[in-house]
Amino acid sequence: MSEAILSLERLSVRLPEGADRPHALSDVSLSIASNEILCVVGESGSGKSMMANAIMRLLPNEVKIENGRMLFEGRDLCAADTAEMREVRGAGIAMIFQEPMTALNPLRTIGDQIGEMFSIHTGLSNAEINARVLALLADVRIPDPKLAAKAYPHELSGGQRQRAMIAMALALDPKLLIADEPTTALDVTTQAQILKLIRDLQQRKKTAVLFITHDFGVVAEIADRVVVMQHGRIVEQGTANEVLHHPVHPYTRQLIAAVPPLKAPPPRPLSSENILTIASVSKTYRTGGFLGRGARVTAAVKDTSLDLPKGATLGIVGESGSGKSTLARCIVRLIDPDTGSIVLNGKDWAKLSREEVRRETRHIQMVFQDPFASLNPRRKAAELVAQGPIVHGTPRVTAIAEARKLFELVGLDPSAGDRYPHEFSGGQRQRIGLARALALKPEVLVADEPVSALDVSVQAQVLKLLADLRQRLGLSIIFITHDLRVAAQICDLVAVMKDGAVVEHGLATEVFGKPKHPYTQALLDSIPGGEFAREHDTAAE
Amino acid sequence: MDALKRYFRSPAAVIGLILLLVVIAMAVSAGFLYTRDPLSLAGRPLIWPFSNPRFLLGTDNSGRDIAAQIFYGARISLLIGGVATAIAILIGILVGAFAGYYGGWVDNVLMRITEAFQTLPNFVLLLVLVAVFGSTLTTVTIAVGVVSWPAPARLTRAEFLSLRNREFVQAGRTLGMRDIKIILGEILPNALPPVIVYASVVMAVAILLESALAFLRLSDPNVASWGNLIGLGRDVLRVQWYVSAIPGIAILVTVLAVSLVGQGLNDALNPRLKSR
Repeated sequence: MSEAILSLERLSVRLPEGADRPHALSDVSLSIASNEILCVVGESGSGKSMMANAIMRLLPNEVKIENGRMLFEGRDLCAADTAEMREVRGAGIAMIFQEPMTALNPLRTIGDQIGEMFSIHTGLSNAEINARVLALLADVRIPDPKLAAKAYPHELSGGQRQRAMIAMALALDPKLLIADEPTTALDVTTQAQILKLIRDLQQRKKTAVLFITHDFGVVAEIADRVVVMQHGRIVEQGTANEVLHHPVHPYTRQLIAAVPPLKAPPPRPLSSENILTIASVSKTYRTGGFLGRGARVTAAVKDTSLDLPKGATLGIVGESGSGKSTLARCIVRLIDPDTGSIVLNGKDWAKLSREEVRRETRHIQMVFQDPFASLNPRRKAAELVAQGPIVHGTPRVTAIAEARKLFELVGLDPSAGDRYPHEFSGGQRQRIGLARALALKPEVLVADEPVSALDVSVQAQVLKLLADLRQRLGLSIIFITHDLRVAAQICDLVAVMKDGAVVEHGLATEVFGKPKHPYTQALLDSIPGGEFAREHDTAAE
Repeated sequence: MDALKRYFRSPAAVIGLILLLVVIAMAVSAGFLYTRDPLSLAGRPLIWPFSNPRFLLGTDNSGRDIAAQIFYGARISLLIGGVATAIAILIGILVGAFAGYYGGWVDNVLMRITEAFQTLPNFVLLLVLVAVFGSTLTTVTIAVGVVSWPAPARLTRAEFLSLRNREFVQAGRTLGMRDIKIILGEILPNALPPVIVYASVVMAVAILLESALAFLRLSDPNVASWGNLIGLGRDVLRVQWYVSAIPGIAILVTVLAVSLVGQGLNDALNPRLKSR
């Protein structure tokens, strides 16, 4: 291995008083050599992003580097002044971020923003800069670089924006590229392309890459070496092979064990009776335009038909914009479908009036994606759970008492009812959301990406809870997710959606084992670390 | 509790609160300190302040005690400020909440009405209302409230627009709540902090509006108000300037106190904005 480009020596970063722990990073030592990809893995709050910001010296004002050294090309970055840091940033160390939409200036063209790197750090003429920008955009394989250079960020897709960000980061041939969760906000197929691109560029340019991620699949796909972080400390580091296949530290083992296997469990017997029948449901959005002229028409859901057998879990998977969330909201009538029928207990939900929906709503309940936005911050947990029954006529005292029982059912301490949502962790909040939905004793539960915002270990717990509740309460579940690995774990049936239509549906074992539609095959192939996941399956058995 | 702690950490906010408490104390103690009608003749006209111990702040052009009028005037200013603000905020919240929650044509109609009110200078509108309905204390208070609601309405609407698509609101709908319960029980408590802060601005403006009206001698002449006193002092402004200056200072202090309290509330309720 060649010499280290960047080495951190016993780096400690202090958090302001009143934070959940005194140090964001304590005693972190690591080094990155040129031409290698070092993955930093950890759950949220492990300090991995804080480390990236510390290296760039972009920490918030209240957060201070307490001691330690950061040697970059023989220079200690901890001691560098602002002018020196400006030279290092961009030219020496470049960074790409999770959300390219917010990292790019929406009012300037892509070409302009990439060109800025040259006009700040070099004395090139405008013509030379233009040529370089086009070459860079071609390098990151944006289709039609000339057009992309003139485009504004909102005119590109998420994947293309991330490519533009990478082009900008690589403009000055930095020695080190820091990538902070660069693929987390992207769809799985785009993610696979971007990972491949980073890999290719890194090999061609011999850049060192510090890749921050929470996903062991991504690690398996891209890493040469791996650093595992927990609570601001490095608990394990080694080559990718060592860490993935022979983890030593219990925390690493726990994280790897929580990675969902990519194989559906053996099918359960399904009831022949359907509790919910969705028949040719469509929803079209029309926006803008005057008197019907120039309006943009988006068919969010096109002629979709699905059946949910009693007691089963139907997974609806698809990438962003596939219409899966719109379909879920049509089913609970948060959105009114244009056509089609949704038959529950012999009643057509699509045709009920608003007032009737309000009265019938206890039969079908929804769990939301964002555990932070889905709970009213000004109500106590017990109140949140009791709200539903109170609305439907249960006396307040009884409803609160029942809410406390539900807390136990979803694995929370019954005394937690007196606390406000912000006092809970993400996983606990999702349990409160679940308890709220269950308080009305629904027969069908619609879960819209219920575990997407959670760390893998918490994800596994919530999924286990859902499976357990399904058994105990005889629930039928519609489970919306973009993550095939999650769907494989819990669903009996799977429907794959693309551009508003279901392209393939059937038993989970069949869809995952023998995908028929090319799109399903592409989705399955794109899962990062597919190889590793399959090996991991056999190891787990 | 955190908000309260943050409030008391700011010296400006604490000073504002103390000033406001002083004004409230004046209003409360007026009845004990000055048992006579503040508008009754008390002595020789135009006694300078601090020259006669009986009239600490002197007397006005008709020989009425200025100090007594200042103390009783605090009542009127606080009353008009408080009630008019309550009226303006109430109308504002109702209009803003319905416009923001329902959107579409409801929003369109309500916002066009709001704009109609906003395009008229509110003092001119106030003059018209007082000219039509007369200038008793009640009509003046209501009129001040009625001309001040558009800004809180727009603020509430903006908050509702951003909150109505949150998942907890959708959750309320899937639980089968009625719209009115969602608006008042779920969204409003979350939309309230900026509106409460804005209420302090409305209150300061309401006090000023009443004074301006009184200065033009269009406010209720049968009550001792600071504005009335300034209006009276106008006639002797060049020599006995204190007749106008003393109530002027009282107005200045009250408006300043209300603004400081409002700013303090803003910083306390939106701590993230403060730490920029």
